Amino acid sequence: MNRRDFFANATRGAALLGLGGIVGGLIHRFRSRRSVWQIDPYKCTMCGRCATECVLEQSAVKCVHAYDMCGYCNLCTGYFEPQPVGLNTGAENQLCPTGAIIRKFIEEPYFEYHIDESLCVGCGKCVKGCTTFGNGSLYLQIRHDRCVNCNECSIARVCPADAIHRVPASQPYVRKAQVGKT
Amino acid sequence: MTTWLAVQRFPPPQFTETGHKLPVMTEPAARALWLERLDVAVLVAALALATWLALRRRSRRELAALGLFSLLYFGFWRNGCICSIGAIQNVALALADPGYAIPMAAVVFALLPLAAALLFGRVFCSSVCPHGALQDVVLLKPVNVPSWLEHGLRLLPYIYLGLALVFAATGAGFIICQYDPFVPIFRLGGSAVMVGLGIGLLAIGMFVGRPYCRFLCPYGALLGLASSISKWRVRIAPQTCTQCRLCEQSCPFGAINKSSVDTPTPVHAIQADKRRLAALLVLLPVLVGLGFWLGGLAGTNFARQHRVVNLAERIHLEETGAVQGTTDASAAFRATGEPLEKLFANAQAIRHRFVWAGRLGGAWIALVIGLKLISLAIRRKRTDYEADQFRCVACARCFRYCPEELKRLGLPVPDPTPPTAP
Repeated sequence: MNRRDFFANATRGAALLGLGGIVGGLIHRFRSRRSVWQIDPYKCTMCGRCATECVLEQSAVKCVHAYDMCGYCNLCTGYFEPQPVGLNTGAENQLCPTGAIIRKFIEEPYFEYHIDESLCVGCGKCVKGCTTFGNGSLYLQIRHDRCVNCNECSIARVCPADAIHRVPASQPYVRKAQVGKT
Repeated sequence: MTTWLAVQRFPPPQFTETGHKLPVMTEPAARALWLERLDVAVLVAALALATWLALRRRSRRELAALGLFSLLYFGFWRNGCICSIGAIQNVALALADPGYAIPMAAVVFALLPLAAALLFGRVFCSSVCPHGALQDVVLLKPVNVPSWLEHGLRLLPYIYLGLALVFAATGAGFIICQYDPFVPIFRLGGSAVMVGLGIGLLAIGMFVGRPYCRFLCPYGALLGLASSISKWRVRIAPQTCTQCRLCEQSCPFGAINKSSVDTPTPVHAIQADKRRLAALLVLLPVLVGLGFWLGGLAGTNFARQHRVVNLAERIHLEETGAVQGTTDASAAFRATGEPLEKLFANAQAIRHRFVWAGRLGGAWIALVIGLKLISLAIRRKRTDYEADQFRCVACARCFRYCPEELKRLGLPVPDPTPPTAP
């Protein structure tokens, strides 16, 4: 064995040992459970970046609705512009830029609001209206049928409220609940 | 819980009249765990297969087929995430930050191809990496990159590696993921700048073989270092090189070192080389020290890329009255009601980490430049035409140019002497 081979062998051995050492050092810190990105609605400031910063053409962030928190208001501040011309489904009255909220009459005087996720862009305008003046039953969540679970979430990188973190994949959504319920 | 939750402004109705049942929010499940395990299994299998194809089968066609599979699986199906190039950042962050829980897949993706490179050379690059496979697909007519340009550009991956590890280890972000040119192509969408960069690189890649792998890829730099001391590596000739020079121009990546048998070095040149080498060896510690110092200075500036430091500086400016108004981030922070002192102390700790990471990164970059200069001053005697130990990506293109290989395969060897005119 010549000198060059000896050095190569020794360095290689040391490098392999080093790689083994890294694995050994990290093995107890392996994530015990799979994790996914999620928005903490209690931190979210509805800045609108979710609509534009996702790596996907159509953001993985959508508005969701906690129906049991909703007041089923006729004058829904998540659905209507601040000064609506009339309380009807006219496009000029709607807050949602893509008309993704479906308003459905249930019984006097209650209306139910659904999100059409194929239209929702995750801008959070309705969330802001609902949270500021209503019960806060509309909120933004990362939808995991769309999210590609990037190594580093590009929305989290720019989120001004630091509201996006990894959560266990077994509980991938934050369930907002009524006061008094859990 | 925060106080606003206590405000249930409009009590939810009971629907006694119609008995309306409340719908339930749908919760589409995240990608299943077994699929993540499948990624790891596919990586292990593809690496093993690539090693066998490159070292034993020595077949370009089969390696290209495996590359195509990797491009489809790791590239277009998995959207280029998880990838080994980016996974080194997870490992760096996990080593620097004890609070970070690292996914098992990231550790395997980062370290297994490295271990394979230590034993078998860059078989990962040959046909497992989707980035390499994509560039192999578009390679049309490779041209030679001038030697001076090639040597200069080849420093970039090491510098990029240093920067990426500094940013990852300090928790400022994963710049390799952020600026990956090909992931937007795998996803068929992304910011205009990154898509443009990816398409531009592919356009260059039609004429310069694998430009990302050679002149940018930080993981390729790491694999090159590992490959340089690897136990088994691909050889152009299966057994003995006959100095026929037929393989000389066969590598589209300029990774074949010529034999020095026919071109003996003149004596006076050796003397000059020795003086240059001695000067560089003396200069190296100075260079590394300079890099250490400059890196520390740069680290203070880079710290602003960390969101906490950025926020703390903004809040500080607002507090001192240097700026008016708030940004989204500072308003959100003030709304949480957390004490400013805690934020400032946090930012100071991160700045401190950045200074040290910057020093180490600067020293690394200086060391790489110094060693490059030294390597240029050394003339190595080569008795064979061989694949460069750092740069060869084991793509197997050169094998069929070797008459010894053709003999091994039992194929007819073309007559090297030109036919004489009648």
